[in-house]
Order: sequence, then C-alpha cells, then structure tokens
Amino acid sequence: MKNNNPVKRDILLEMKDIVIDGFSDDRWHPIIKGIDLTLCRGEVLGLIGESGAGKSTLGKAAMGFAQPGCRLTGGTILFDGMELRAKSEKEKQKLWGSRMAYVAQSAAASFNPAHRLIDQTTESGIRHGLMSRKDAESDAIELYKAMRLPDPSNIGFRYPHQVSGGQLQRAMTAMAMTSRPDLIIFDEPTTALDVTTQVEVLAAMRDAVERFNTAAIYITHDLAVVAQMSDRIKVLRFGEEMEEAETNKMLKSPSHPYTKSLWSVRSIEKKATSSDDKILEIRNVDAAYGKGPKVLQNVNISVPRGNTVAIVGESGSGKSTAARVITGLLPVLKGKVLFNNEPLPLMVKERSKEQLQRIQMIYQMADTAMNPRHTVGEIIGRPLEFYLGLTGKALETRIIELLEMIELDESFYDRLPSELSGGQKQRICIARALAAEPELIICDEVTSALDQIVQEGILKLLLKLQVELGITYIFITHDIATVKAISDEVVVMLEGKVIEQDMKGNIFSPPYPEYTELLLSSVPEMDPEWLTKLLKSRSLKS
Amino acid sequence: MIEKFETYSAKAEVSNVRKRRTRWERIWLDLKKAPPTAIFGIVIIILYAFTAIFAPLLAPYGEADSQFQSYMRWGEDGHVFGTDQIGRDILSRLIYGARNTIGIALITTILSFLIGGGLGLIAAINRSILDQLLSRGVDVLMAIPGLIFALMLLSIFGANVLNLIIIMAILDSTRVFRLTRAVALNVVVMDYVEAAHLRGEKIGWIMRREILPNILPPLVAEFGLRFCFVFLSIAALSFLGVGIQPPTSDWGTMVREMASLIQFAKYDLLGAMTPLLPAACIALLTISVNFVVDWFLHKTSGIRDEK
Amino acid sequence: MHPVFLTVLQRVFLGFITLIVVSILIFGSIEMLPGDFGEAILGQSATKETVAAFRRELGLDQPAYIRYLNWIGNALTGDFGNSFSGRNASGIDRSRTVVDLLDQRLYNTLFLAAMTTLIAVPIALFLGITAALYRDTIYDRLVNSVTLTTIATPEFFVAYILILLFASLWGFFPSLGNVDPRDTLDVRIYKTSLPALTMALVTIAHMLRMTRAAIINLLASPYIEQARLKGVSSVQIILWHALPNAWAPIATVIAFNLAYMVVGVVVVEVVFVYPGVGQLMVDAVRTRDIPVVQACALIFAATYILLNLIADVIGIVTNPRLLHPR
Repeated sequence: MKNNNPVKRDILLEMKDIVIDGFSDDRWHPIIKGIDLTLCRGEVLGLIGESGAGKSTLGKAAMGFAQPGCRLTGGTILFDGMELRAKSEKEKQKLWGSRMAYVAQSAAASFNPAHRLIDQTTESGIRHGLMSRKDAESDAIELYKAMRLPDPSNIGFRYPHQVSGGQLQRAMTAMAMTSRPDLIIFDEPTTALDVTTQVEVLAAMRDAVERFNTAAIYITHDLAVVAQMSDRIKVLRFGEEMEEAETNKMLKSPSHPYTKSLWSVRSIEKKATSSDDKILEIRNVDAAYGKGPKVLQNVNISVPRGNTVAIVGESGSGKSTAARVITGLLPVLKGKVLFNNEPLPLMVKERSKEQLQRIQMIYQMADTAMNPRHTVGEIIGRPLEFYLGLTGKALETRIIELLEMIELDESFYDRLPSELSGGQKQRICIARALAAEPELIICDEVTSALDQIVQEGILKLLLKLQVELGITYIFITHDIATVKAISDEVVVMLEGKVIEQDMKGNIFSPPYPEYTELLLSSVPEMDPEWLTKLLKSRSLKS
Repeated sequence: MIEKFETYSAKAEVSNVRKRRTRWERIWLDLKKAPPTAIFGIVIIILYAFTAIFAPLLAPYGEADSQFQSYMRWGEDGHVFGTDQIGRDILSRLIYGARNTIGIALITTILSFLIGGGLGLIAAINRSILDQLLSRGVDVLMAIPGLIFALMLLSIFGANVLNLIIIMAILDSTRVFRLTRAVALNVVVMDYVEAAHLRGEKIGWIMRREILPNILPPLVAEFGLRFCFVFLSIAALSFLGVGIQPPTSDWGTMVREMASLIQFAKYDLLGAMTPLLPAACIALLTISVNFVVDWFLHKTSGIRDEK
Repeated sequence: MHPVFLTVLQRVFLGFITLIVVSILIFGSIEMLPGDFGEAILGQSATKETVAAFRRELGLDQPAYIRYLNWIGNALTGDFGNSFSGRNASGIDRSRTVVDLLDQRLYNTLFLAAMTTLIAVPIALFLGITAALYRDTIYDRLVNSVTLTTIATPEFFVAYILILLFASLWGFFPSLGNVDPRDTLDVRIYKTSLPALTMALVTIAHMLRMTRAAIINLLASPYIEQARLKGVSSVQIILWHALPNAWAPIATVIAFNLAYMVVGVVVVEVVFVYPGVGQLMVDAVRTRDIPVVQACALIFAATYILLNLIADVIGIVTNPRLLHPR
C-alpha cells in the first residue's frame, strides 16, 4: 500500500495523522480518523470514496480550512514546509487565493450574484497585491480563452445568472488559476453537470493544471473521471484510507478488496429479450406545462410486456415528463396513451382505482418519496389496505412477506424513514410499489442518488423481481452503464423528441444517429487515456 | 469472478436506529437537555395556568368587591398590594385578571387558528383560483395595521367581549393563514404527497395523514407566538379603554385605572409601582412563552430565534 | 423598457389598488352600523326628526356606491367631513371639520415618528449586524436575551417604567408629552423625548432581531465561504460580498418596523397624552365619532401601504437578476 517514495525537495503538501471531527446531533463525531496524504509539485492526486467518506472535509483541510461545524483535532499539515495548524486565520488568509485555491462543486452557488464574473475572478489576485487591476483583467481574459469559454473577451462582464452551469464551472477554474497557485483543490466539480458538458470542463481543467504545473487534489466519486485526471489515486471509506496507488497500477490491479468492489461495478448485464405483446404505448404525444413551449413533441414509445425499457437522455430531454404523462399527472395536448390496448384517461382523477393500481411509480429521492412521520409498516401497508382491502393479521403477514421480498426483514416494520440508509429507503419504496401488485412500474432515476455498490444491489433486486413476478419496467435514467446493465430496449430522447428506440444491442452498435454518438462517446471510461483519445478524435472530425 | 468486499447485505447497511422510547421518556429526556430559559418559561406558564384555573380558590377577596377603603397601601389590613381607586383588593383582581385575560386570549387564538389554518391548508392544496382569491383577500386585510383595524371595527360594533374575540380572531387569522399556506406548500410538493395522489387517495385523507403531521411543529410554535401577540393586543386595547370593559378585571384595564399613581413615585414608591404589577404580569407570561417557543423551534428544526 | 422599471411600476400599481380596496373596506364598515346608530350619537332625547335629518345629512339614504364616491372624492381634496363630537340632541351643529382636528396632530405624530426613526434605525442596524458577526459570543447572547424580553413586553409597560424612572423619580424628562404648536424646536424635542425613547426601545428590539437573522442567513451562503477560501479578509467580505446582497432584507426589516411603529404610536400617545393622530383615533373610537375614525384609519392604512411598497421596491431595485437580465 505504500506509494513510491517522493524525492524530499519536491514535496509540496504533507499531511500526517489527520483527525477531523464534525458536529451534528449536538455531538462531535469523527469524520476523518487518521489519514496521511502527500503531494508533490505538479502532481494530481485523485481522492475517491462514496458519500460520507469525508473527501470534501479532507480536501478543505489540506488548505488548513475547517468549515463551520468541523474542527481539526489532530495531525500535522505541512504546506511547503509551513505548519498550517500553527498559523493564525490571518496568516492562512494570505495563502488562500494566492498559493492555494479551491474549486467548489456548485459554481452557481459559489459566485456572488451581485457582482460580475470578472470582478470575482480577479479579486484574489488584486487583493493579495499580486497584480494591478488592468493586468488582472487581461490575464483573466487569457484564462477564459484557455478554458475554452465562448466569447472570452466579454463573458467576464456578465453576471453569474446570465451564464450556464458548465461555463460557470470553467469560470471558477479560471478564478482559481488567477494567482497561479501551487495547489488547487477540485471538489466534485463536474458531478452536477451533464455528461456531454462534462467532457469540455474536464478537458479545460486538465489543460490548466498541466500548463501551469499546478499540484491538485481531485475529489470525486466517479471512477472513470478520476482515471482521466489524476496521477495517483487514494481511496477513502468512512474517514479512513483503504488504498493508494499510481493510477495505472490501481486500475489494472487494485489490491484492497473494497477498491476491487468499486471497480467491478456493473457486473450485471441482462440478456435482451423482446415480446410482441405491448403493455403500454404512447402514440404521437405532444405535451406542455401550462401555456409554455412543448416539452414533448410527437413522442412514440412502445413497451413490451415483461421487459425493461430504458429511457435515456440528459436534463431537459423530456424523459421525466414522459413518465408524468403515463401516470396521468400531465395531460397531453395531442396523442394518446394505450394501456393493454385500451386508451387511458388522461388525468389521474378520471382513472379508476384498478387503472391506477396497475401502474406504479418509484421516485429518485427516497427521502421525499416517503412521509417522514409514517413507519415502514404504514408506508407499505397503505396500498395493501387501499387497493386490496387487507386488514389485521392478513395485512401484517403480507407486509412481512414484502419486506422479505426486498431482502430486508421483520425488524424493519416499526422503523421510521430517518432510521434507514439510502439503499434501504429505496427498497421500501420498491416494496410499496409491489404491494399494489402492479403490471408496470416506472422507475424514475431510482439509482441516481445512490452510491455505486448500493446501486448494484438495487438493480439486482429489480431484475430478480422481474423474473419472479413478470413485472414490466420503464427505467428512466441518464447513466449509460445502468442502461447497458438492465435494459432490453432503449429509448434515446433529446429536447422532447425521441431520437431512436430499439433493442439494446442495436442501440449500442454503430451506426449511430448524431446525438447518440455524442452521448455515448461522452461517457468516461476506465482508461486513463480515454479523454485524450476522445478530444483528438473530436478535433479531427471538426 | 469478482470477489466481494463483504457479503453484501442490505440489512447490514449502516443506518441510525433510535432506541424505542415511550413518549413520556422522550419528553423527560428533552426537558433535561433544555436550556435554563426554557425551564423558567415552562415553570411560569404552569404557574399562570394554575392561577387562572383555580382563581376563585386562590383570591382572598372577590373580583368586584369594592367594600374596602380606596387607595390602601401595600400590606395594609390584609391587602398584600393595597386596594384600587374604588376600594377593590388588587391581589384578587390580579388573580382573576389571569383567568380573564388569558382565557380570552386563548379562545381568540384557537379561533384564529381554526380559521387561518383551515383556509391556509385549502389554499395550499388548491394552488389555483381559490388560492389566488384567498391570498389577495388576506393581502388586503393585512394592508391595514391590525390594531387600527381593530379600533375601527370596535368603534362600529361596540366594545364587548364577544366582538373583541371575533374581531381579533379574524385579524390574527391572516398571519396564521400565511404561515400555514407557506409551510403546507413546502409539504404539498413533496413526492410522497404526489404518490398518495397517484394512488387515488381522497383529498381529505391526504390532508389528514400526509400533510398535517408534517406541518405541526411550525404551527405549534406559531400558536405560542400568536397567543402572545393576541394577549398583548387585547391588553393594549383594554388599556386604551376599548377592550374588556370594567368591572371585569383585566390586566390592561387595571394599568389604565391606576396609571396616575406613577406621578407620586417620590412619595410612595410602592404605590407608584402598583400599576406596573399587572403590566409585569403580562410581560412575564409573554417572555416565558417566547422562551419556550424559541427552545421548541431550535429543537425541531435547528432554526434558532429567527424573526 | 427595462424590466426593473416595469416591475416597479407593477408594484406601485398594485399598491394603489390595495389602497383603493382598503378605502372601500373602511368606508364599507359604516354600512354595518346597527340601526339605532343615529340615536346613539345624538343621545336618547333626540327627536325623530332630528335623527332623520342627521341620517339625511350623512347621506345614509343614498345608495352605497354614491356615498363612497362622494367620500373618496372629498377625501382627495382634503375634506373628511365633520366630526360627530360637536353634535347633540337638539340638532345644533357645533362640530369641527375633521381636517381641522387632524392638521396639527398629523404633524406631531410625524415628528414623533421621525425622532424615533433617527434614534432607532442606526442603533438597531449596528447592533444587529455586529450580533450576527459575533454570533454565539456573550455579546450576542446578551443582545438576544434583552431583545427577547423587550419584544415580549407591552409598550405601555416600557412607557410606564421609563416614566417611573426618568420622570417621577429622577425628573430628567417630563412625563406628559403635551407639545404645543408654539414650542420651539428644542422644547419640542425635550417634551417628545420619553415617547420617542419608548417607541425606539421596542422598535430597536424588533429590527435588531430581524437584521441579525437576515445577516446570519446571508453569511451562510456558499459564495461567502468561497470568498473566505480565496483569502478575502472579513472586512472585505462584509463590505463587498455581503452588503450588496443585504440591501433587500435590511430594507424590508426597516420598512416592516416603521410600519409596526404606525401601530405602536397609538398606545404611546395615549400614555404620554401626546397630541397626535393615535390619541385622536382612540378618543374618537371611544365616542364612536365615525368620520374621525375613518379618516384616521385611512391615513394609517395609507402610510402602512406606502412603507411596504417602498420596501418591496428597494428589494426589486437591488436584485441583480432583475437589474441585469439574460
């Protein structure tokens, strides 16, 4: 587990035995429990882990910064030989924004809405006395050019809300670069972006780091992305280090079992089947919210019984809207929805209980999908009472049966949602959908908010249930890997239109329509050279 | 084959299971952790409630018993705080005042919650024309400062207890409406409400079982604050002479009746402080309720003394 | 046309409509007068003819909307009709015009309000902002406790304590605020001191708490943390990052509390026997002098609406999203 010994004089950052506590529920809990971290000049270290692993806290601690609610309890932080923990706030302020910089996850929230981009970009440079205003501004424009932002000479004079998310993220990277820092912390910078936007941003960041020989800590939970950006990778779990190694070595032969399990995601791959019996059909549907522009245009989707149809697209593609049309929450302007070859009434209140019972939905955020004041038993029990009229002992027995079907047990009966983990919550939602004994279940991004290993578990469960009960799924997602794993057919959507619908095998083999090509190629792969190769091939094409 | 890190078990996933405790145990635990201001507040409130309920047993003399000499000093002849301008025992009037003032304020607050809370819920669920109508109506009502409107309506309808309660309840229900609507709107857009709707649940069920339990904490806190406001307003109106009418003893009226005594502070300090007694009673209750509400808000949502 | 301008115009228009509706409400309430109203005003010894004449004079025999239009039309030209206070059973009318009564009193109330604002706003803002900055220190806790106690106290309690201490016991200020139109400015200020101090104490407590909450909320924003991570000093963060975003909430706080003062002034004027609009209204309510009550209500409502309107406009005008649209 030891990394190659770095030459002493090249070490920029040396953290030893770091212990950080966080304050919640009126108590201090340890978040980081004794980690070492070493970084040389110009080197990029990828910090991976699932949510709650403490990566963000560690990243900020590398700068000597403890956010409100955290405190650095132990260890040493040596930045270029200076012990950061011994320094006062004022002394550290001199380093922040000049020799160290931070790029946050949400650029939209991290820019002050009241000031122009260029003023905020040049702020640290000017305030630390590194350059005059004029020099700072022309330098900022150069940086915008380097970040491949559109209209670099003028974009700085805009306000944050006038600029898109991906552009803001690049502007924030430019802002971090102004004072040519020795160290940049990238905290999940592309997590909130669409996959096609992410490519641009990653390219820009890597360029910047290479050009100025900046050392960086790149924090993310996305394995393929970290493979592109870093020289070495460190794996964190629950505040402890699992493994650290050079990127290539770690990708080829990870040693720690936990790392191996992270790497092996998407071990499932369903064999695609088809059926002529269509349980659901959407024909020529147009839809809009109120008097606004059309969100769905001439959409045709057919769902074979007993299969899984994945609807894939980026934000704004209309995939969630399609789900709302099917469930009757959004009436169509034109076209119809056929269920078992009979047209469905357009709105929920026009549908009968039986019609409502047969189509069930599972939501992305299990936190808001369950009433925090209801117990698990009540949540699962309600559809049983409402649709099947079960009461008393029969009700209780059935609830326990369902709990076992979702791989939990009786002990969960009286728990409240706040006492469950993310994966358990989503399983309860699945049980709630199953309780109604539906024919079709719509899964709206149900695994997107979960960690990788937990996602695996949920997907396996869904497939198992499909085999046992013959349920049809419509699986809405933006994650290509998931689509490959569980679907029979795939529908690709863009801006409210269906680009193509076909069997999985056909979708993923050439030739591709233009958008599908863009979408599939933008998905990062576990090859450290992937980004370089992609950019080369794209510049060749243009 | 890929080795798993550990046999993956959904059951074994880390989660926070709370120890199952009865409601009383939980309340006792909360009390032990409460800050001193909240404890103080709770004690005072219990004291006041006790006094209000058992007033006839506690008061040494009658509420309107004016057989004694007027303006007796503190401690004179068995009158702990002396007597007022027409010879009624002040201590007794203070005790009965608790019952009257608190009682009327409580009834008014409950009424305003029924009106404002009910309409607020309806507006949040409806979210279209009815909501717009109600909200505009409330906006207009709130455009007139409360006390002024109350004064105006009291001058037209006459100042008696029933009018007082109805007018204050309607005026105060506007604030309750706004809060209920805002809080309910937050809940109404949650996926679990949509899930219930998709199931085909009736609106009454959704209101009762999905929305109401989740809006209770802020509403309970608001009840405390509204009670204080109503309580202060009624005291102010009585002080101005247009609230509770004599001979009913009420703290606001008592302040007005004895206000002139303050002029003589140099000669009779205790006497001069007499009109401050009912005012202090008002202040003490309001402060206590505020302390308790503050603690309650901090406990339920981590919001500390906002607004 | 710039969207900000449009939005402001919309808001002003809305305020105007609200004022009209409120005036209808105020006027309409007279519709709800119980039948024997005429007798109640003129006294029980009034004859039927006198009462009828009175009703005719009030125009109670005409349809409602005509009366309303008359009333509003007159109000706009400054004629609020005559007070009921000079009438009696014999029908002889010794009443004064409402405007007469209001004239000097309006000036007095405005003077009191201005004095209070000048004292209260700077203190409240300063204390509120510093309490937010030094959150959870002893200073902050102290400020919190004191303000919590003050806002829970009825204004007349504060007033009487001040009178007890500063007027009766120590004699610094007079306990009666009986200003006279002939008083010079310094005498006027002297007499208005205790009333202004009372109102200031209560208003400061409210404003302070709201400002503190608003600033704390602001300081929790992610862009503030980002500024810290750029090494910007605390002073610069307050001045350059926080303040430009604070105008809207602070303006709302101030306007809200000025509006609150509109109500508080009534009790204070009664305690100190200060000849202002508040005291006039209370007296008129007690004697059921309807024209006076209506006029006072209209003035208070208009002020209230105007202050809220100003707060909203400031919020609009300082919003960067509206100032610089996409």
